[in-house]
Amino acid sequence: MRKVRADLHLHTCLSPCADEQMQAKAIVKQARRMGLDMIGICDHNSAENVAAVMKAGSREGLSVVAGMEITSHQEAHILGLFGNESDVMQMQELVYENLFGESDEESFGPQTIVDEWDRVVGTNHKLLVGATTLSVEQIVEAIHDRSGLAIAAHMDRERFSLIGQLGFIPKGLPLDAVEVGQPSSARQNYGYPVITSSDAHFLEDVGKSFTDFLVEELSLDEIRMALRGEKGRKVVLN
Amino acid sequence: MKLTELIRKLNLGVRSARGNLEQEVAGGYASDLLSDVLAHGREGDLWVTLQVHQNIVAIASMKGLAGIILVNGREPEQEAIEKAEAENVVIMVSEMPAFELVGRLYSLGVAGMER
Repeated sequence: MRKVRADLHLHTCLSPCADEQMQAKAIVKQARRMGLDMIGICDHNSAENVAAVMKAGSREGLSVVAGMEITSHQEAHILGLFGNESDVMQMQELVYENLFGESDEESFGPQTIVDEWDRVVGTNHKLLVGATTLSVEQIVEAIHDRSGLAIAAHMDRERFSLIGQLGFIPKGLPLDAVEVGQPSSARQNYGYPVITSSDAHFLEDVGKSFTDFLVEELSLDEIRMALRGEKGRKVVLN
Repeated sequence: MKLTELIRKLNLGVRSARGNLEQEVAGGYASDLLSDVLAHGREGDLWVTLQVHQNIVAIASMKGLAGIILVNGREPEQEAIEKAEAENVVIMVSEMPAFELVGRLYSLGVAGMER
């Protein structure tokens, strides 16, 4: 068993609200510098930069989890973390079918697609900052259908968190964990396992918050076991 | 003022708890953050919102609100209707946007704070 330091919620330059420097190589380099073993890429309602960061990560021996931060129609944010790129791209298909409107770069910021060498290869024109027409229940179910982990994002913030938007976690919602940003919030009892991550939109915030997992190897299945406390895997409270 | 009167004057649709329309409305509160309503809603308030999730019923019930009005022609989710029937919470719907509805409620005497 080994201790793995993970920051599972990072944005890239694809998110209109994230800094343009949040590109694949740059993120991987900063994550390494911050001592992270594993990162998760969770842009708003899109996963078009996931592959680039995964490739950049594999060059540097950094484990990159394919993810997405999905906005429910109630404007609650749910993270989906997936075992591979193809599962997240399937999730993206469903999200795109339920996400309407065109983004306006002037108002919301650019949505840049890059490759693993930080070359700009395109622009996304969907309204990624918008809400999908999916309910939190539908999002959680769709994530699980694709063998992913469903995690309610930044529960210690009012805006765009499940608790802020909906007052409390809907009874019986089968979340795999909830996420907080402040380590001090991690001891609160949400009734679910708690992870801490940075939700970084700027390079200097990568790894500012993180979760230590005790696992056998760097994989989503191991993270799942740690969240469930199975076979000695666990979340290490710092 | 009673709910029935507001329903008639503002042409509201009723989606649940039709047996509970004789309630007195003490005031009003408008918000789409349920955590905010939990913190600031008062007993007897009429709540104006666009949220349609079943959690609205739990919050109305917990805070003893007089009822919920959904704006802009939004319809409650089926689970919300079922829960509202079970907990006797009145859910109403209006075609009006929130600003217009709140203005009309105010002119009918439903206030957001003590005057």
